[in-house]
Amino acid sequence: MALDDRKSEFSFVGTRPNRPDGLDKVTGRAKFGADISAPGMLHGAILRSPHAHARIVKIDTSKAEAHKDVKAVVTRADFADVPFKPGLEGEFWNVLENVMAGEKALYDGHAVAAIAATSALAARDALKLIEVEYEVLPHVTDVDKAMASDAPVIREGAADYSVPAGMHPNVVRYHESGHGDVEAGFAEADLVIEDSFVTEATHQGYIEPHACLGMLGNDGKGELWCTTQGHWIAQKTCAALLGIETSQLRVTASEIGGGFGGKTTVFIEPVALALSRKANRPVKLVMTRSEVFRATGPTSSASMDIKIGMKKDGTISAAQGVFRLQGGAFPGAPGDMTAMCAFAPYNLTNVKQIGYDVMANRPKQAAYRAPGAPMGAFAVESVIDELCKKLDLDPVDVRLKNAAHEGTKASYGPRYERIGLVETLEAAKAHPHYSAPLKPGQGRGISCGFWFNHGGETSVSLSLSEDGSAQLMVGTPDIGGSRASMALMAAEVLGIPYENIRVTIADTATLGYNDVSHGSRVTYASGLATIKAANHAVEKLCERAAASWGIPTDAVKWENGCAVPSGPNAGDFDPRPLADITTHMGSTGGPISGHFEATPEGAGVSFGTHIVDAEVDPETGKTAITRYTVIQDAGKAIHPTYVEGQYQGGAAQGIGWALNEEYIYGEDGRLQNSIFLDYRIPVASDLPMIDTVIVEVPNPGHPFGVRGVGETGIVPPLAAIANAVSHAAGVRMRQLPMSPPRILAALKDNG
Amino acid sequence: MSKFHVSTNVNGDSVEYLCDPRETLLDCLRDKLNLTGAKEGCGTGDCGACSVSVDGRLVCSCLMLGVEAEGKQIETVEGIADGDVLHPLQQKFIEHAALQCGICTPGILVAAKSLLEKNPNPTEEEARYWLAGNLCRCTGYDKIIRAVMETAEELREAS
Repeated sequence: MALDDRKSEFSFVGTRPNRPDGLDKVTGRAKFGADISAPGMLHGAILRSPHAHARIVKIDTSKAEAHKDVKAVVTRADFADVPFKPGLEGEFWNVLENVMAGEKALYDGHAVAAIAATSALAARDALKLIEVEYEVLPHVTDVDKAMASDAPVIREGAADYSVPAGMHPNVVRYHESGHGDVEAGFAEADLVIEDSFVTEATHQGYIEPHACLGMLGNDGKGELWCTTQGHWIAQKTCAALLGIETSQLRVTASEIGGGFGGKTTVFIEPVALALSRKANRPVKLVMTRSEVFRATGPTSSASMDIKIGMKKDGTISAAQGVFRLQGGAFPGAPGDMTAMCAFAPYNLTNVKQIGYDVMANRPKQAAYRAPGAPMGAFAVESVIDELCKKLDLDPVDVRLKNAAHEGTKASYGPRYERIGLVETLEAAKAHPHYSAPLKPGQGRGISCGFWFNHGGETSVSLSLSEDGSAQLMVGTPDIGGSRASMALMAAEVLGIPYENIRVTIADTATLGYNDVSHGSRVTYASGLATIKAANHAVEKLCERAAASWGIPTDAVKWENGCAVPSGPNAGDFDPRPLADITTHMGSTGGPISGHFEATPEGAGVSFGTHIVDAEVDPETGKTAITRYTVIQDAGKAIHPTYVEGQYQGGAAQGIGWALNEEYIYGEDGRLQNSIFLDYRIPVASDLPMIDTVIVEVPNPGHPFGVRGVGETGIVPPLAAIANAVSHAAGVRMRQLPMSPPRILAALKDNG
Repeated sequence: MSKFHVSTNVNGDSVEYLCDPRETLLDCLRDKLNLTGAKEGCGTGDCGACSVSVDGRLVCSCLMLGVEAEGKQIETVEGIADGDVLHPLQQKFIEHAALQCGICTPGILVAAKSLLEKNPNPTEEEARYWLAGNLCRCTGYDKIIRAVMETAEELREAS
């Protein structure tokens, strides 16, 4: 299907059927990462550094190895010799160094050795038999301190070519972009506000800890079962870290209990395989929650300076931002993403943004839903709110006045195709929430948000069965109902009932390479590939019908699940339904399948606008969210209920990030809140119902108009809530989370 | 360390297992009885993914020892449906898309069933506080609460 004849009338797409995996998930049958076992299986456990920064002088594993229940012990020496390269060029080295420490332990919780034993209890007990001698080194966990000249150096030579000369070695990547002349723009402004903002690191907080079962033989052939957002990247990375051929490791993705970006890489999987290779038995490894907090995720912490100039009529004349992101002891903090997204909603003549990727003695940051964007939006949208307040302008009107639209040169470079930001702002203005009266002590905030969305390598296969049903194999793990969306899109093309399509997440041996379920790409890219694979099958169905009628293939078209003559000149034949063709397919040319492989490039950027009401208790500093509305452009909602779910989930995570969640480090550099009791994510009684408005401005890059919806929903909440809280409390909040002690301190400072 | 022999009843079936005194009821359900519906999300009683009912009382099975199950009546998510007929809560959770990844769903269903047995007519606030011990990171709870409230209403109308 050519993209220029994009479909706009639908039979299945836009309906809300039950998800195909619903029954398994409400009965406890669904198999998640830790829900599997194998004959002869051993249990693994990992020894972790108690120090934030230390040289590993010696590891003595002899006592552990001598224990009767212990079948294997591994350290860094049991992994491949992966070459070190600066920045993200050496990402395999970075991942290996994170999976198992080399010369130094780089953060509290860094893995230093692992054991496989006959039971989980035996493995845990035997960890105590490993003796590690550390030479404790000075550490740094704060982003601004990590950039200071006297900061301890995490690793020399980690910076890539982008970093200007003279910066501290902990600054490992640098980004600068923009256009126009910001100084001239500030000179034109009637009011310029310059302010600084801080956000703390938060964890993705998926409820399922990392879990896997690995088997690797001395012949270099292996099997891995794991909870992951992408089993091909797990396959590729594990193979590189273990020094085996990629194709010899078959990886199967379990059902996944949440990821949000945090399961796009590997942590325990190579360790389980290394233990298995040594013990010659399958090894299961499951993280504790404390290990999840100490050694996986989290997102970056950030320190940001924003300067925006505005005219009296609300026009932004110039905007500038400096974004410093701390990403743990490895390159990868998305300072570039933060910088590029921060001003992306606006049509600006003069804009400049700078992003820093900074290392510190913390766990290696992982992607978290629109990585980098929420922090930048918090800082920028707070300043815009303050400008609106001082110039007595309506915050939605000001955003509408400056909103990017089709043809706008984005702050990060390209010109936008058709986008839906204006439509979300108009919907916000028209929504009853925006004009509803507020009670005393309440404040209302709004914010816009932007995310790029992603295409990525994608491969889909569809095969028809003799009885007219269809099997669809996709390679993107289903985290939030994507099997339902895929079946809807396939049904739309094939014209057979949704229920007659079985969608399977194929393993790495069954399908070509698939990029990770990230970048809000699944409904877009796997959806596009599903549509094209189904079209491929339809072409073959039409060929079979044409042959049976003795007319040319191009004289047959596919309509409502049947091959029909394309017009009166093609001849007078009765329509042939799909099942009528497949039932004879063995004798008319063989099995009928459809395939599609590509790296689709038209993901289509996404915008949202959030409205939130907050109530602050001046005695305790506690904030209650009393009303929340998410408005976001979905392009085309395939299964609207699950689109709403993405909007609601993004808002809820944003509420946690804004009000309560943070990594708290002691002076000793150890994480102090590594359980859910102390790292408190929002619970049911913390939240109101979350209203949603699905705006549909079709994406020109998808046959049905889909834009990804997973990530944009977490971009506006931090700013929208900060604006609401600042109005409710009467004082501008510049640091997240806005926990009760911070709000009390701000109220006190404000008199 | 020697193991203890435990006889108990899970979802109406008499079962036995040997367990280390340090193993939790959750460990025993999952590793010895192969009932993997209850999940370990935290191991500290904070997330509720391991929720089961013990003699009619809602508990986190990660906070109870396997040996303490001796002689008890335990109900897990695997026992909620009546054969192939789903419990109304299970049906409503599917219809309302009250799950995304589904890892918290077993615990939330056990907890919600316990709520409706004790209070067939909960307010939204009561439902939210009852389920405050069950963490969900995907949904923002909106569709979960709606599914529970609607099930409660239908069960009241049916009785």
